[in-house]
Amino acid sequence: MLIKQISIFVENKPGRLSAVTKLLSDNGIDIRALSVADTKDFGILRLIVNNPTKACEVLKEADCTVSLTNVIAIGIHDKPGGLSAAMDCLYSANISVEYMYAFISKSEDQAYVILRVENNDKAVEALKENDFTILKAEEVYDM
Amino acid sequence: MANYWNKEIECMSREDMKKLQDERLVAQVKHVYENVPYYKNLMDEKGVTPDDIKSTDDLHKLPFLTKADLREAYPYGLLAKPLSECVRIQSTSGTTGKRVVAFYTQHDVDLWEDCCARAITAVGGTNEDVCQVAYGYGLFTGGPGLNGGSHKVGCLTLPMSSGNTERQIQFMTDLGATILCCTPSYAAYIGETLKEMGISPDDLKLKAGIFGAEPWTEEMRREIEKSLGIKAYDIYGLTETSGPGVAFECEAQTGMHINEDHFFAEIIDPDTGEVLPEGSKGELVFTSLTKEAFPLLRYRTRDICVLTREKCSCGRTLVKMCKPMGRSDDMLIIRGVNVFPSQIETVLIEQGYAPNYLIEVDRRNNTDTLDINVELTEEQFSDTVKGIQEKEYELAQAIKTILGINPKVHLVSPKSIARSEGKAVRVVDKRKLHD
Repeated sequence: MLIKQISIFVENKPGRLSAVTKLLSDNGIDIRALSVADTKDFGILRLIVNNPTKACEVLKEADCTVSLTNVIAIGIHDKPGGLSAAMDCLYSANISVEYMYAFISKSEDQAYVILRVENNDKAVEALKENDFTILKAEEVYDM
Repeated sequence: MANYWNKEIECMSREDMKKLQDERLVAQVKHVYENVPYYKNLMDEKGVTPDDIKSTDDLHKLPFLTKADLREAYPYGLLAKPLSECVRIQSTSGTTGKRVVAFYTQHDVDLWEDCCARAITAVGGTNEDVCQVAYGYGLFTGGPGLNGGSHKVGCLTLPMSSGNTERQIQFMTDLGATILCCTPSYAAYIGETLKEMGISPDDLKLKAGIFGAEPWTEEMRREIEKSLGIKAYDIYGLTETSGPGVAFECEAQTGMHINEDHFFAEIIDPDTGEVLPEGSKGELVFTSLTKEAFPLLRYRTRDICVLTREKCSCGRTLVKMCKPMGRSDDMLIIRGVNVFPSQIETVLIEQGYAPNYLIEVDRRNNTDTLDINVELTEEQFSDTVKGIQEKEYELAQAIKTILGINPKVHLVSPKSIARSEGKAVRVVDKRKLHD
């Protein structure tokens, strides 16, 4: 049920993002979704990719600080109120969201949301009960 | 079981040692007075003649020499022998200004190497050992000093010099080096590289390391001992007096025995110049008792230190100096508070960080700022901004507890702080306090 997200520590220096993305590109890693959290000194680049284990290896070899985090990917309707319903579900179950980011699918009227919450099991349970689609890891990696 | 290179000297009774020092000092003062006009002038100004110096008890009557004197007298002003009798120079890196050039006769080189041989023997070195010298060779005293000491002991000497870390490790493993000599920061770097290369300390024959030429902490000692699987020993020296081997650590690892048959140590109050009693903390001052070519009398080292004559478990009677608690020229005064980089380093290691850091001091709106860049480790990285900022905050708080001032801590990427193969650059002071 859970997706492996890669988080990379990126110092605020010219060329850091370029170096990281070039490295992934050179190793044939396909990026599914991403978000950047930024502060004055550093950023955290979060990526969902087709092969997280390999991506993690190549990044570590290049001396990047990397961690793998379990996140949840859910499918929502790509229309007004789609995300709101999911948030409402989590709020009702008293689950806080650390961060999230969304991407839309190439076809259909589906959108996907990557969720990082405090308690994955509890969140998955609550979302399932309310009939949200929880994506399997392979579904996301092979998208 | 203690190992001595020269048991007679190293375990000499206090009375005999004092007698030896007294004789040597009287002769040395005469030698300097007659051959070094620069120092003769200083003595004349103070109204002291060689006849006033009858024993080491009279040493306090002599004027001090400082780094400023060495600069002023550069290059030949403190030379006490004709150049025809000198065979070598060594020089400082010149990071704090003009280089210091020190001269050696063959006798000076022999005595210096003898001091280094005592240090190597004290860590268990014998002619069965393979001694890898990864201090820089050339003008820097580290390489030549330990190289010479290693020869005297009869170790198979690997004259690696510093740098080219993979080659260091290749020789270390292929030739089964048992003793490593280099700066502590380079030892730590070699340890880090070994780990990356997947080489365990168990795969090495190393048993001891002799690390000096820059300040390091007890915590760093433990790190190095763990990463290299050795016992790590400190060694002390300065180009002005000869080089490494002025003092060395024994198996007790509780301070360094000063080779006081050659170097007479005093502790003074750095402000008044007054000699302080044994056990007091103050500035370390050395008088060369035996050097011929470059015999400095009462040279102020700027190292803050404590001397002790407490009985040492190794059996040596040589006076012991603690690890220097900082150099007055390393010492930063930030918002009026004295800060030694070693204090910050201690906190970093306690908190689980690698001792790779850069201290930046600046002045904004007439207030000193202290920024500390510290390398993030994999274990401390979390995927949230909050997580990293909490780490920065915790570290800043821990440093504040020690220093009394609030630093700004910045976690930076691993390996982003330049590694040194010689002396590490830990401090950048951007304040323009003097126009």
